[in-house]
Amino acid sequence: MSGNMKLTLKVWRQKNREAKGAFETHQIDGISPDMSFLEMFDVLNEKLINEGKEPIAFDHDCREGICDTCSMFINGRPHGPKRGITTCQLHMRSFQDGDTIVVEPWRAGPFPVIKDLVVDRSAFDRIIASGGFVSVNTGNAQDANSIPVAKEDADDAFDAAACIGCGACVAACKNASAMLFVSAKMSQLAHLPQGQPERRRRALAMVAQMDKEGFGNCTNTYACEAECPKLISVSNIALMNREYLGATVKSDE
Amino acid sequence: MELKSNIPEGPLAEKWTRYRSSVPLVNPANKRHLEVIVVGSGLAGASAASTLAELGYKVKVFCFQDSARRAHSIAAQGGINAAKNYQNDGDSTYRLFYDTIKGGDYRSREANVHRLAEVSGNIIDQCVAQGVPFAREYGGLLSNRSFGGVQVQRTFYAAGQTGQQLLLGAYSALMRQVGMGKIAMYSRHEMLDVVVIDGKARGIIARNLITGKLERHFGHAVLLCTGGYGNVFYLSTNAMGSNVTAAWKAHKKGAFFANPCFTQIHPTCIPVSGDHQSKLTLMSESLRNDGRIWVPKKKGDARPANDIPEDERDYYLERRYPAFGNLVPRDVASRAAKERCDAGYGVGPSKMAVYLDYASAFERYGQIEAAKQGLVDPDKETIKRLGKEVVKEKYGNLFDMYEQITGENPYETPMRIYPAVHYTMGGLWVDYDLMTTVPGLYALGECNFSDHGANRLGASALMQGLADGYFVIPYTIGSYLSKEISTKAIPTDHPAFEEAERNTQAQIDRLLNVKGSRSVDYYHKKLGKITWDKCGMARNEQGLKEAIGEIKALREEFWQNVRVPGDQHELNPELEKAGRLADFLELAELMCMDALHRNESCGGHFREEYQTADGEALRDDENFSYVAAWEYKGEAGYELHKEHLTFENIKIAQRSYK
Repeated sequence: MSGNMKLTLKVWRQKNREAKGAFETHQIDGISPDMSFLEMFDVLNEKLINEGKEPIAFDHDCREGICDTCSMFINGRPHGPKRGITTCQLHMRSFQDGDTIVVEPWRAGPFPVIKDLVVDRSAFDRIIASGGFVSVNTGNAQDANSIPVAKEDADDAFDAAACIGCGACVAACKNASAMLFVSAKMSQLAHLPQGQPERRRRALAMVAQMDKEGFGNCTNTYACEAECPKLISVSNIALMNREYLGATVKSDE
Repeated sequence: MELKSNIPEGPLAEKWTRYRSSVPLVNPANKRHLEVIVVGSGLAGASAASTLAELGYKVKVFCFQDSARRAHSIAAQGGINAAKNYQNDGDSTYRLFYDTIKGGDYRSREANVHRLAEVSGNIIDQCVAQGVPFAREYGGLLSNRSFGGVQVQRTFYAAGQTGQQLLLGAYSALMRQVGMGKIAMYSRHEMLDVVVIDGKARGIIARNLITGKLERHFGHAVLLCTGGYGNVFYLSTNAMGSNVTAAWKAHKKGAFFANPCFTQIHPTCIPVSGDHQSKLTLMSESLRNDGRIWVPKKKGDARPANDIPEDERDYYLERRYPAFGNLVPRDVASRAAKERCDAGYGVGPSKMAVYLDYASAFERYGQIEAAKQGLVDPDKETIKRLGKEVVKEKYGNLFDMYEQITGENPYETPMRIYPAVHYTMGGLWVDYDLMTTVPGLYALGECNFSDHGANRLGASALMQGLADGYFVIPYTIGSYLSKEISTKAIPTDHPAFEEAERNTQAQIDRLLNVKGSRSVDYYHKKLGKITWDKCGMARNEQGLKEAIGEIKALREEFWQNVRVPGDQHELNPELEKAGRLADFLELAELMCMDALHRNESCGGHFREEYQTADGEALRDDENFSYVAAWEYKGEAGYELHKEHLTFENIKIAQRSYK
């Protein structure tokens, strides 16, 4: 293993949802620049276990940047200092020997802390359940090539669909707005013919659920786009506003 | 007990149609009273759960992740096969069936594979209807690409994120049913046992991972859609949480485990960089469409890749397998890479890597693009730049990921790759209905053994997971549940639930009370080293015998010296990992036993004693043309049952990709 970085970590510890949390400081050395940020946490946890202490709870799973289970707020930024990646894809070569790194959970009312760096993001599931789908039962489909979709539309739908539901947009936003997440799903389906029949219904239902969960509004600071690991564009939010406005006008008629 | 595969009578191509027309049905009023438990929310689980709920069954879904959308199917990159023949290149249901049987080295069940090929087209239709944004051509129709072991273009894809898009489609269908109140979703719940009453699966014990509380859930049937056991090797392309626990607990309750030694080593992964490594990252097989794999012709050549002239490079796959070249199946490509590295031709710091080179693809695509743009006599740099742009559009996210992990720019220097554990063909034995040897207990997707034989072809895992969930189980479960319509929900204070919970609690207590001195990861890494070295890409009798002894000893040490901090009644990732590792430590032994008993080489199972003169796998059809289904016998070990495979529609031959 090459390199031997020494680091100081200030990590948020919180026993459970109700408990009061606090920062805890740890010194760690023997860190290789080739390690991922989560592997650095593995090393720290191994050390804590060997010292008879309790390891730090953090969410992680695929470790290849797609499941987005990992959700750390690193030095004031979701997923750390680099653009367009998740925490598992952040490597220690992005830090300097001797750095102090502050690690917190996502901070947002609708994402309560479960333990240490682990938060509850089930609000996103409920938003999808409210309307983030096409109502098509298995077996109802016609031949896949029977409806051509212009490549540009398919590409736009794909770009929006690349959202991994991590919640970095919410964590980055001073209003804890979930509009980038919600608009990405709305935009994906609005760009495809399959999404048309339920377009208005979807816009109303998803926005209502988003508000119910306690997410804030968008005030155009674009922090969400800057922190999104999949570079989802804020133009989706503009589309979402049009969808919603159109839907309310229509439903008022 | 005799294994009954329950394959329907009749000609192969008509079996499924006949079956569907004659399988008993459950009327809608009765469906409302029948409860189905689905464990796992990946492609198989989410598709099965949503479809069963649409049909009217009461469904509960469990996953250990914080959301159903994070199941590991999400990480599949390359694509999904379907015999649509949209490319007019000679594809057909029979050809997909044939390729899959041959690719699996003649160790899978004909009837299941044919059914898979038959429903493959419906999957694409269903996904498109859900709004899955597959790649399209300018005409607006769906695009296809090639995958290994196949000479047609039948793979549908969404950039390098096909698994994500398919899973989000299935997840949206699942969440729609959740929103309608027809599915109860239990995320952050881990299944820890199956409850069997009067010989039938009637529920599960699950642990709420946030509160730590054990819960009892009743179901008229239980579906395990819990994926594979690749993490028995510690390092794999699987997610950190992927585990065998659900399948293994089911095995200990009577479900036979089939072909555990059939594990897939994927040829194109980013090589191990150090001891800290926690997982390996796949570079999609789709990269072999356009990339060329090579090593230097000279042993120990330490020059940078770009300094090695063309005539000093050995494109060993193209040399050994001219007909399929870089697109040979995974097992063949992996072994060939290992052979070159073992012989001293490996590259990179560890010398355990080969090059995956895109230089010629940049040039080829650049030429085409220049011609498209009408450029006259473009210089080399222009061609290269144009080519890179095309490649970026096709594989950009994969190239970025490579750079992120290795710190090297793959547009400038060839990627280094090496094989890594990726998928497990073995799994719970199931019959044609996908039912295990425990009535009412089903296994779908990677969790079962049925479709891929000894080697899975690329882009077939997504196909199988969704086939099982959307189009197979909704029919086959009727044959069981139609006989259960008068069974009332069994209260969970039944002694069988109590006993199962007691046993689960006892294991948790035992793990917490060892209070030893080594972490769970310490033992997991040790187990991984044994399994990878002795039951990995190549196996032999002596190594396997040693491995079995070492695994037993390690298991014993684990139970005497593991340290699991914290307690049960809180979120405790170390406790979760400890329980999973305890099961891997048992499965690993069975995997080696299976590898030891199978005195032949086939697919991903390569026994060094059994190879042809030119180093290819040497099957023994006379003695081993069967599925090895192992029965758990407690202290007494495991009893082998054989399901003999008959091939009536395909001529068995030595697999050749030359």
